[in-house]
Amino acid sequence: MDFEDSPEEAAFRKEVRAWLDANAKKRTGKREIGADELENGAEGEMAASKAWQKTKAKAGYARITWPKGMGGIGGTPMQSIIFGQEESKYDVASGAPFAIGLGMCIPTLMAYGDEAAKARFVWPAVQGDEIWCQLFSEPAGGSDVANLRTKAEKHGDTWTINGSKIWTTGAQFSDYGIILTRTDPNVPKHKGLTMFYIDMKDPGVDIRPIKQASGGSGFNEIFFTDVKVKDSQRLGEVGQGWTVALTTLMHERLAVGGGAGGGLDVPQLMALARELELEDGPAIKNAAVREKIADWYVRSAGLRYTTFRTMTALSQGKQPGPEASIAKIVVATKLQDLSAFAMELEGEAGVLQGAEAPMHGLFQGGWLSAPGLRIAGGTDEILRNIIAERVLGLPGDIRVDKDVPFNKIPTGR
Amino acid sequence: MNFDFSDDQKMLKDQARKFLSEKCTTKTVRAVFEGDAHHDAALWKQVAEMGWTGTAIPEEFGGLGLGYLELCVIAEELGRALAPVPFSSTVYLFAEALLIAGTDEQKKRLLPKVASGEIVGTFARAEGPGAVLPKNVRATLKGGKLNGKKIAVIDGPIADYAVVLVRGSDEPGERGLQLALVDLKGPGVKRTTCDTLDASRGHSDIVFENASAEPLGKLGEGWSDASRVLDRAAILLAFEQVGGADVCLALAKDYALNRYAFGRPIASFQAIKHKLADMYVNNELARSNAYYGAWALSTGARELPLAAAAARVSATQAFDYAAKENIQTHGGIGFTWAMDCHFYYKRAKETGLVLGPQRAWKDKLVTELETSNA
Repeated sequence: MDFEDSPEEAAFRKEVRAWLDANAKKRTGKREIGADELENGAEGEMAASKAWQKTKAKAGYARITWPKGMGGIGGTPMQSIIFGQEESKYDVASGAPFAIGLGMCIPTLMAYGDEAAKARFVWPAVQGDEIWCQLFSEPAGGSDVANLRTKAEKHGDTWTINGSKIWTTGAQFSDYGIILTRTDPNVPKHKGLTMFYIDMKDPGVDIRPIKQASGGSGFNEIFFTDVKVKDSQRLGEVGQGWTVALTTLMHERLAVGGGAGGGLDVPQLMALARELELEDGPAIKNAAVREKIADWYVRSAGLRYTTFRTMTALSQGKQPGPEASIAKIVVATKLQDLSAFAMELEGEAGVLQGAEAPMHGLFQGGWLSAPGLRIAGGTDEILRNIIAERVLGLPGDIRVDKDVPFNKIPTGR
Repeated sequence: MNFDFSDDQKMLKDQARKFLSEKCTTKTVRAVFEGDAHHDAALWKQVAEMGWTGTAIPEEFGGLGLGYLELCVIAEELGRALAPVPFSSTVYLFAEALLIAGTDEQKKRLLPKVASGEIVGTFARAEGPGAVLPKNVRATLKGGKLNGKKIAVIDGPIADYAVVLVRGSDEPGERGLQLALVDLKGPGVKRTTCDTLDASRGHSDIVFENASAEPLGKLGEGWSDASRVLDRAAILLAFEQVGGADVCLALAKDYALNRYAFGRPIASFQAIKHKLADMYVNNELARSNAYYGAWALSTGARELPLAAAAARVSATQAFDYAAKENIQTHGGIGFTWAMDCHFYYKRAKETGLVLGPQRAWKDKLVTELETSNA
């Protein structure tokens, strides 16, 4: 048991460091960029993200595990992790705008698209010239993703799409999207679906950013009115859309499972507790505060070392299992509870936000974003189901809509 | 990156599991619970014959000198089996105290007997309810004579030797503290067996009246020596707790899959599925924290005190949660004496208190964070 690199890993790390030294500056202070800034469309951030993505793509570091010629070097997952570790020490722009396209959409296109589509779309996405979004969720769907109503009807060689999608991350910056549609309402819900890719700039596509409870606008609602799509833009067979979507969702869990949380954790809470005075003295000396700090620390540390165990499995050539689902459950609830506790310590000043608030509103920001984190990419409830069913082998939920034609399923409306 | 046990260590673990699944079933545990003995003497003898008691004791002191990672994998299996043997008291506490604070002569005299299973050792700290603090240590060692009282000493009824936290001089606080080594079979030692939660492990109150004892380690270092002993024991015991927590999850899962209500297995209800998923999450976090502790223990890393506190808190929380929710998943039958669920519930609490409560370890954890982040 040790944390050292294998000789091959050490050699790769050295190579990566040399490349980063030549292409980027070492991080000095802590740079907190932002998802929020990107969400709200800061153009400078977007341009910087695109430029850095292009630099990485040329060197084969944009998608390390992908084959050469597709933006990668045919590397291992471990090499990808090593690159990420080293990259985080440099002052470089966020790759967030490309996460959904490269993490989910392009792998789906690579699995189901024809050669022409791959030749046209993979490279521009890898080097950040084109941004993709994923159009699955609908207002009536929630966790029941397959309960979707956006229709695609075929006339000759062309499909016409009508309906709406929601919670689409980054749609306002996207050039293309993959969209799951209903092509046959007379069969059970999973069987009547078909996947396409579409041009987000096409006429009939109306993108409306949604203002979130946190104040940001990362998500959008999108309306489709007689949007025309060629049959060549279909991914997978007609009626096989759910199978295609599962490929995407599998990649989503790998991408989202790592767990964000804005880096807000025990060290920031300790910094606050060192500053504040409570009824019985310094907050950091208060027994209740210390118990809470310890509770969250063991969850953070447990998660960090669970990641080490996953990395070990990866370095031995094993695939990470659905165990990755635990990360988001732990991170999101911890973020919510820890932030709320910090605001409690701040007392009446806890109600402030932004620069006026203690620690520039760090905890208020965390508290405001936490509800979204507990929902996006699979709710806590769905993730618990995944652990129960796929890890522990417990029975799936009873589905009363199974084998019922989609247009006969009660909607409650 | 290699954050896992080696193939040899995993093989040792498999062997331990196989051995214990034959020799230490819940019938074995039940017999100790329901009988007058405080441990299973036959099992203890076999455990020693396998060499487990000497796993991490260096060869020069009669042990196998394998190391702490090997001891960790054995600990996990003993925990899974709820083994009613004085392993934690003798191996994690007594032997570690000797290794940390003992002279060469003391080690040579006693460690071979630990390794061979000839003696049972223990460690005594608390003198009453509440926190164990330097100022509350009243037992004294003066002129080779030990006086005072220690309470709820684990495996006290069967122990041959104890390491005792005592006041070795009149200096106040930590400066007057010291560890003492005492032969419990000698005169001046009066033991009273306690009625405890977990009857598979005996505990006793021990009164010392001019009992012969010798210093173990230096005067003024008793508190820090005891802390170091507890840190190591916390990591090893965390593996026992993780083993126990895993069994609770497996028992709850098996029961939920086979118990039908409202026309379906109760394992198909989300209320049960989510409870079991939460057990799994807690257990995995605890396992990972224990692994980090194992790494710190085996390398003597600077992070050991922090790793120990995190492993202890995480494993205590996981075992507690898994044990109580295992009973809940079983429903009424789970609360009967006839089922095994209560053995885990009781062992979870016993292991969670024996090295000091979570509250104390959490406080220590934050103290470590404060100094490491300063």
